[in-house]
Amino acid sequence: MTTATGSASWFRRTTRAIHIPPVYFFLIVIFLVSGLLDQILSDGQILTNPAIMLNIIVRSVALGIVAVGQTMVIIGASIDLSVAYTISITAVMSSYIMQGDTANVPIAIPAVLGIGLAIGLANGLIITKLKVNPFIATLGMSLIIKGIINATFSNYTGSVPRSFEFFGYGTIGPVPVSIIIMLFVYLVGWYLLARTKFGAHLYGVGGNAEVARLSGVRTDRVLIGAHVICSLTAVLSGFFLVSLMRSGAPWVGPNGLYDLESIATTVIGGTALSGGKGGVWGTLAGVLIFGVLDTTFNQLGVNPYLKMVLRGAIIVLAVASYTIRSKKEAA
Amino acid sequence: MILETNKPIGEINMTEASIIEVRDISKRFPGVVALNNVSLQFFPGEIHAVVGENGAGKSTLMKIMAGAYFPDSGEIILQGNKVSFSHPKEAQVKGISIIYQEFNLLPERTVAQNIFMGREPGKLGVLDVRELNKNAAQVLKELGAEQMISPSALCSTLSVAEQQIVEIAKAISFDSKVLIMDEPTASLTSVEVKMLTDLVAKLKARGMAILFISHRLIEVFDIADKISVLKDGELVGTELTEEVTPEKVVYMMVGREFDQYYPPLGSKDDLGEVVLRIKDGSNDLLKDINLELRKGEILGVAGLQGSGRTELAQAIFGAVPFKSGSMELYGKTKMVKSPLSAIKLGMGFVTEDRKAEGLLPRQPIRDNILLAVRSLQPLFGFILNDGVSRSRKMVPTLATQVDLRTDTYDKETQFLSGGNQQKVVLSKWLASDAGIFIFDEPTRGIDVEAKAGIHDMIRELTKQGTAVLMISSELPEIIGMSDRILVMADYRVAGELPAQSTEQEIMLMATGHANGNNTGMTESVGDE
Repeated sequence: MTTATGSASWFRRTTRAIHIPPVYFFLIVIFLVSGLLDQILSDGQILTNPAIMLNIIVRSVALGIVAVGQTMVIIGASIDLSVAYTISITAVMSSYIMQGDTANVPIAIPAVLGIGLAIGLANGLIITKLKVNPFIATLGMSLIIKGIINATFSNYTGSVPRSFEFFGYGTIGPVPVSIIIMLFVYLVGWYLLARTKFGAHLYGVGGNAEVARLSGVRTDRVLIGAHVICSLTAVLSGFFLVSLMRSGAPWVGPNGLYDLESIATTVIGGTALSGGKGGVWGTLAGVLIFGVLDTTFNQLGVNPYLKMVLRGAIIVLAVASYTIRSKKEAA
Repeated sequence: MILETNKPIGEINMTEASIIEVRDISKRFPGVVALNNVSLQFFPGEIHAVVGENGAGKSTLMKIMAGAYFPDSGEIILQGNKVSFSHPKEAQVKGISIIYQEFNLLPERTVAQNIFMGREPGKLGVLDVRELNKNAAQVLKELGAEQMISPSALCSTLSVAEQQIVEIAKAISFDSKVLIMDEPTASLTSVEVKMLTDLVAKLKARGMAILFISHRLIEVFDIADKISVLKDGELVGTELTEEVTPEKVVYMMVGREFDQYYPPLGSKDDLGEVVLRIKDGSNDLLKDINLELRKGEILGVAGLQGSGRTELAQAIFGAVPFKSGSMELYGKTKMVKSPLSAIKLGMGFVTEDRKAEGLLPRQPIRDNILLAVRSLQPLFGFILNDGVSRSRKMVPTLATQVDLRTDTYDKETQFLSGGNQQKVVLSKWLASDAGIFIFDEPTRGIDVEAKAGIHDMIRELTKQGTAVLMISSELPEIIGMSDRILVMADYRVAGELPAQSTEQEIMLMATGHANGNNTGMTESVGDE
């Protein structure tokens, strides 16, 4: 008993000292259990084949990038439900503008980034200036984008040039470009949150907006900034998806459940839905947990709906473990 | 006697210039005059305590000085210049910092991040974490707390006293000249109080003007140089601590006429058997609670804020139950573990905070009244035949009983006045046939007329054979209503006083001045 609590506190102290979110422990357990199941029931590739491991990460890239933005708005005690359709509009608009021609890429990228910027700005302004609940504001935005793209495009529209596929399929040495980009996004996200005034103020706004305001923080600007960043990460995810699929379609975002799954992975990673607490590295673990599950279920050839059941159970368990732990710490 | 103490301001300490002064400050809130022509001066290197009963206007005064409220009339003079603050930030920049009773720290951020929130060092938006921690360490060192608190510790891991120090560090990092503290010691242990008072003395030596509000006269007399007493929004007087006794200050705080009507006290004939007996009840906060409650009596529970009054009510009702000790209800040993079991055992709880705990403001009056009855019904059996049920017909009868006047019972409860809302809460418990009523601040925020109505009703309940435990922070109400008075202090029963004890007797016991220093368990009755 004493040794158990002793080692537990040792574990907590160590993870705190080097800032490893405890969810990584969970990720390792899931990875090992998946590997073991794969070893017993299938061909045992998960633990032995590095290509599979890379594949897990590549599968996670689209979700992983947008989850960084989602983490930021959630730390600010906001939320963004419009990311899925922001991904969709990015995919269709970029393949529509590019039309398979490399010459159009320099036009398409800034144009689509501009759309993302406008969406984020609109979300942030609606939430801070019109005081609309973020859930409703971004849900409304999501429906607006959905309406616009569904009215304009029915299915695959245009295509991206070969050169643009580098994002989705290229490698630098043995490492896929997409993984490098995703890790870069995580580094930027971490830097913004941990090493800039914007980050410090965002935690303040999410933790207690009134305290932040009384300390002289421009709370509205900070939150608008977080929403713009969030929409831009959705755009980046959209670029990745369209380069993978070679052509964009309106259903790309919602079919991938990027809105709800980015929220779920953020929360699994230990970011409090009430704001003011968390970070991108936890979210990365959440994303990888989903990636490992996906790959395992594919390897084992299990009914995909069972995968959803397991994902659901993991979300609930993770959040329950956080609330139980924080209660224990409070006592 | 009051006249003697009421020296004109300015006679004391004419030699030095005041650092901050309020002149003829008045502030009204709907229905109340919170401050009426209050003038006070505060000097550098001086600790000035502002005392008074709940609702005397202390907090309002502090908030006006700190820019959180804007006065209706009057001026604030800072170092000879008239100032007016539209936002607390403006006051802060000019060197006036305030520490509220409920802390304004972000629990999930570090000490350094909290101290310099909004003023982080660094260029071009990039945070200089080392500089941030260094600056925080510097501020903590000035307070002599560098050993105790690490700049990189999360605030949620600190004790209340340490958080208090972080708040002070934040305040002095603004280079404050005036530090205002609202009940700084309310939730500290005696060791921590000592630490805090040492710290405040240090700040005083640096020439800061320190104002603090406190209920605890012992501490006030320990550290304050000057004591100002507010009562009902007016300044009673300012005294030098060395020239005044606690008894006199208490008299200044409470000295007033009884001008309110209360129903006659209960008679011996009404008194029945003991219906509730608690022996050595304790939980995380409350310690060694012993009490008896009889049928037909009103037991008043007095005590200062944070003395455990509300916690006592919550423990008896099972909202935050006792963890040890024993409880006897109607002669049988029963431990109340939840509000539902309390309701089943015949208790009713009229809570302090109607909006948060007593009412469902968006539900119709009818459903609010039937809430407690319904909780006793089977989960699905009731609603199905609700349309013709007896319970539904009870509503008009109950409303008449509590004198609730409304055109329809289908109106959302939030649209009723405070007094009428309280009547709805009351009828909710009448409906459940409770035999033991717990009232926590039954008349808070209610106008005088409705108050008298509720007082009559509470007395009427005891005539009908119920037992009433009434918590109130208004001493006239405690004295006017109670057949016995229980005084709480530091989450213990400080003692019991007979009916019609004076406010002074109660205050002395509640501030720990009666029975010595209130160190041990005090079962004895007040020594007056």
